[in-house]
Amino acid sequence: MFNKKFMEELFKPQELYSKKALRTVYDRLAHASIMRLNQASMDKLYDLMTMAFKYQVLLCPRPKDILLVTFNHLDAIKDFIRDSPNILNQVDETFRQLIDMYSCLSAGEFQLIRQTLLIFFQDMHIRVSIFLKDKVQNSNGRFVLPLSGPVPWGTEVPGLIRMFNCNGDEVKRAEFTNGGNYISPQREGSFDLYGDRKLHIKFSIKAENAAPNPLAKEELNFLARLMGGLEIKKPNGSEPGFRLNLFTTDEDEEYAALTRPEELSYKVINIQATQDQQQNEELARIMGEFEVTDQPRQSTSRGDDLLAMMDEL
Amino acid sequence: MYRKERSVPLKSSSSALYNNLSVLPLRDKQLTYFAAVHGSSVSLASAAPGGLSVSHRQLQAKEGGPAGSASIVTQASWCVLPSRVLLVLTSQKGIQMYESDGSIMVYWHALDVLEPPPAQAVFARGIAAASGRFICVGTSSGLVLVFDVPSKGTNITLSEVLEEHRDSITDITSEDGAADLVTADDSGALCVWKAKEEFSLLTRISAFGWTCSSVKLWNGVIAAGYGNGQIRLYEATGGALRATVSAHARWIYALDLAPLTGKLLSGAEDSYVQIWKLSRSPDTGDIEIEHCHSECVTDTQLCGARFCDPEGNSFAATGYDLSEIVRYGQV
Repeated sequence: MFNKKFMEELFKPQELYSKKALRTVYDRLAHASIMRLNQASMDKLYDLMTMAFKYQVLLCPRPKDILLVTFNHLDAIKDFIRDSPNILNQVDETFRQLIDMYSCLSAGEFQLIRQTLLIFFQDMHIRVSIFLKDKVQNSNGRFVLPLSGPVPWGTEVPGLIRMFNCNGDEVKRAEFTNGGNYISPQREGSFDLYGDRKLHIKFSIKAENAAPNPLAKEELNFLARLMGGLEIKKPNGSEPGFRLNLFTTDEDEEYAALTRPEELSYKVINIQATQDQQQNEELARIMGEFEVTDQPRQSTSRGDDLLAMMDEL
Repeated sequence: MYRKERSVPLKSSSSALYNNLSVLPLRDKQLTYFAAVHGSSVSLASAAPGGLSVSHRQLQAKEGGPAGSASIVTQASWCVLPSRVLLVLTSQKGIQMYESDGSIMVYWHALDVLEPPPAQAVFARGIAAASGRFICVGTSSGLVLVFDVPSKGTNITLSEVLEEHRDSITDITSEDGAADLVTADDSGALCVWKAKEEFSLLTRISAFGWTCSSVKLWNGVIAAGYGNGQIRLYEATGGALRATVSAHARWIYALDLAPLTGKLLSGAEDSYVQIWKLSRSPDTGDIEIEHCHSECVTDTQLCGARFCDPEGNSFAATGYDLSEIVRYGQV
């Protein structure tokens, strides 16, 4: 996924993808790995990814923090692949491209990017069980917006009014209660290739065992919990890979596919038949060149398996 | 002081855009018009007092060229001129002007199409009526287009282009007086203009590192809302800073002024609408601002807020993903 050509395509200035186009890219990425999902599980995985991403974009304290979130994700990926120098290089290269392209954008330009992304996510209120349980999402599907905590870097805690005369001298001060319960921020997160991002959009994941986990394993555990049942089936014949079923049984999965509401169906289209813009075709062509060359390991433990699978790619 | 009243439903939810609510009170018809932007369309709702009877209309962005994809609307705002009221829409492709009820489009201005398409986004944003005869609209390149509007008919012409800003225009406001027009941009810079036959620049107020997303003018006082949650008051003549208010914990998206009382309201992504009172001391001439009221719209990042009458006895707000306009009235 981090190969040079694919990244070059992604980095070209372009309009926001349509929902159809993004879903198709997502499908191809997922199937370029050894995972096999059928329609219902794929839909569920995509829903989860979309809502998690919406949450992060919505709750970013400053628009520039969407870049920090991206860096957080890349940091986590680098942790998985730290023993594979080739892929590590590709990710570092992507990191550098992100820094080159986005570090010098102003806050206003980042806000425009964020506003554009929010248009993509508008009206999506799919309920995610882990978000509901952690009180991050309401039962109507809307996210809970906290009225307390640190203000973003560069913002002052609300409450102070200062008034100046025509010479610029402060002549009066007043305070007011704004209603929330805010505190000062600690430090700004790092935008460098390596650094403490200082940005933790609160998921409040409680791991089963109390021992603190490195971020990489946390995120994967989170993903595994979101997905519910990760079922490793022995492959039939010599076909590599495993089929991922996000429902409790195969029957549940089939039922979900049949009863999925029309308005939620993504209408995934065959790439060859698409009339989408040239960029999407180019992207799809590059993805068509992805292939899996290694045999997957057979193992039965959960979280570790996902990590191993990532290692193999 | 203010009590929540019946909300006005919208046909589609509001998008996260600056100044994303416009209100037109029609006292003689006993109606209030509301407009909020959603993607490539604008939701219009007209409500009778009490909000019991609401009728809706949807306006679409005009697609400029053969490219195919729908253009995103950036703002919709009513412009009140002495002889007519026009509803103006700005989008990625250009500027549309309608009769006040949105029934007929009277003018279309396409933004220049550059070949090859630039890496930067292109759009119009920032709308205000000025000097009783102009409608001023900003662009993403920092230009302010001045349209001359006749008292009736469709013969609207582009009469002037103001080139002073270097960053995308965010908001424009006006008031007749010593200064006629204030324009604000993404970098936080403000320009103050005087209109005679043409517009001339009076003052330039430097940015301090944060986007100015919303700006209003009252009695020669400029009120500006910024991305760091701060409101600043400046003297329109000369540009001197007169007050700073740490008003919000997140990006401010909307400011509005009630001209008959000097009440100011601010709406931000922190879910709060704050009401303030501006005044000028008759002895010292110093500008004062005091806080009057807080209102929280739970779990909503506000993107638009306006007073619904010129005294500021009632106000309305909407937020990202919200399919209604929440309203409050003074008790």
